Amino acid sequence: MDNIILKVCTKVLFTPIILFGLYVQFHGDFGPGGGFQAGVIVAAAFILYAIVFSVEDCKLIMPPKLNFFLLALGAFLYGFVGIVGLILGDPYLSYDVLGSTKESGQHIGILLVEFGVGLTVCNVMISLFYSFANFNFRRKNND
Amino acid sequence: MMPFIVKNLPILIVITPLMFSLIVAVLNNYRLAWTLSTFASFLTMIFTILLCFEVSYKSNISYYLGNWPPPLGIEYVIDRISIIPIMIVSVIGLIATLFAHNFFTLEIDEKLVSKTYSLWLLTIAGLIGLITTADAFNLFVFLEISSLSAVALVALGSKVDRKALVAGYNYLILGAVGATFYVIGVGLLYGVTGTLNMGDLAQKIPALGLNKSVIVAFTFMMLGIMVKAAVFPLHIWLPNAYAYAPSPVSVLLAATATKVSIYIIVRISYTIFGSSYEIYSFESLRYILLYLAILAMFAGTIMAIFEKDVKKLLAHSSVAQIGYIVLGISLATSPGIASSFIHLINHALIKAGLFMSIAAMGYYTSKRIDVKTIAGLGRQLPITFFSFIICALSLAGLPLTVGFISKLYLIKAAYISEGIWLPFLILVSSALSLIYIWKLIEGLWYNEKSLKIEKIKELPEIYLPLLVITFLNVYFGIDAGLIIDNSFIASDALMSGIK
Repeated sequence: MDNIILKVCTKVLFTPIILFGLYVQFHGDFGPGGGFQAGVIVAAAFILYAIVFSVEDCKLIMPPKLNFFLLALGAFLYGFVGIVGLILGDPYLSYDVLGSTKESGQHIGILLVEFGVGLTVCNVMISLFYSFANFNFRRKNND
Repeated sequence: MMPFIVKNLPILIVITPLMFSLIVAVLNNYRLAWTLSTFASFLTMIFTILLCFEVSYKSNISYYLGNWPPPLGIEYVIDRISIIPIMIVSVIGLIATLFAHNFFTLEIDEKLVSKTYSLWLLTIAGLIGLITTADAFNLFVFLEISSLSAVALVALGSKVDRKALVAGYNYLILGAVGATFYVIGVGLLYGVTGTLNMGDLAQKIPALGLNKSVIVAFTFMMLGIMVKAAVFPLHIWLPNAYAYAPSPVSVLLAATATKVSIYIIVRISYTIFGSSYEIYSFESLRYILLYLAILAMFAGTIMAIFEKDVKKLLAHSSVAQIGYIVLGISLATSPGIASSFIHLINHALIKAGLFMSIAAMGYYTSKRIDVKTIAGLGRQLPITFFSFIICALSLAGLPLTVGFISKLYLIKAAYISEGIWLPFLILVSSALSLIYIWKLIEGLWYNEKSLKIEKIKELPEIYLPLLVITFLNVYFGIDAGLIIDNSFIASDALMSGIK
């Protein structure tokens, strides 16, 4: 697409979309929001970039390898927060022991876990987009 | 260190493969990926053994996730019943992981191998999670984890044969229908009881009296899981999925996936609905399961007799063997359920051994194994052939093998509750199964060889896991006390819940 208006608008919108995603992510404790929604919003920024410019351009800012690594890292972070609770002597996924008080522990725990969820959801969306965008529908006839 | 591990064993057996699968996924080196997967399944196995000791004197371990007590939070329960399928999954998981190395590097694109191991560990984690959880909705989550990763594993066979994609797709669609049915049932139950914990459900359901939503919920849940367990008319996805999956995946799925689903059938009908057994009079359902099981025994065996592709033949025979297991459950007596637990363990050992030896033959000859290509292979592959023949005879139920033990107890239980006609049918279908087993043995040993292959050297990393499985087949056929005692303890524990 060579439309200059679309390109400029995308460049202007790209960072605010991610910022809004982060707002939804970290506001999840107090109001509507959380990792799933935030992940999709952040992924939308990348997908918009890929649609307006090209998938190849998008791959420069989010290489597929990094994408896959972050995808696994998010889920790992979730599990690892659980294991930290387990090592500190509570059952798995118990956040009470993470902070100085029970409340602050729950706060830290849910923040980290939701961040992991956000990271994974965002990267799953992007990697789904990549695999559909890269799919060569004529490949079967060629080989 | 020890008390910390012992305290958290029920969760450790689930999160060890789960966390390792996330680490393995990002590795580039497939050798390292295999080493880590082996390490993870070894750790899981150690934890399972520790758990066995723990369960043997505590009899019931309950674990609250995140310290939230049961009706609110998720509870994991390990008891004398669930330890049996956990043991099957972790033992077969370890042996199959050791076995998998050569096959994955051969049958799958090199850059996909480490992701394959990640899916592999995810399947194991999902299956163990299914068994340990005592939360009806958490069970659905693990059902999705295990079956989605199993679908991807089946579809990875497409490098060897593109039919794997169709097989995987069928598995995906039918599996998704099954899981949806299950979750509809859980939703209905949640609507009328307001709880998802299995123990809590069992307490609250009888108070509802004759409630239509509970009956519908039970039907949906059972149907959904019966698709996953491949009980006879719902088995359509199974033969192709086992036949076209990469060989180690067939070993893992054939030995564990359907067994775990059958365990869930037992759990639903005896733990969740056991306390209201009389109110809803599940007698009629028992007969539906009984006739379906008899049909499965014959249909699976006859399809296997006419099948040429050996992996598919074994898959059809799995359908028949699932029939035997369901038959034991449908008797609804303590010896009946014990016999199906015995066959659950024994069939896992038998089918793992058979699929492993067929996989090994395919590896050495680099051909798809059907009735023609195996001609004369027995003389060239003595060790593989030896294991194959022991496992095949075990499938037929020859004395001194595990197959005999399970047939013996099944026939005993069937005779006690149904009279002479049912043991007669079981014996006829076992006799029919000799036809396809003989077809394979004849091909392997007596026929002149059809393939021109130079002398084959058998690899220790392939035949050692195979010999371990073969040894277990013979050992538990001679000294079956361990399996039988634990199965009877489990079935008595289940039957005590029925009022």
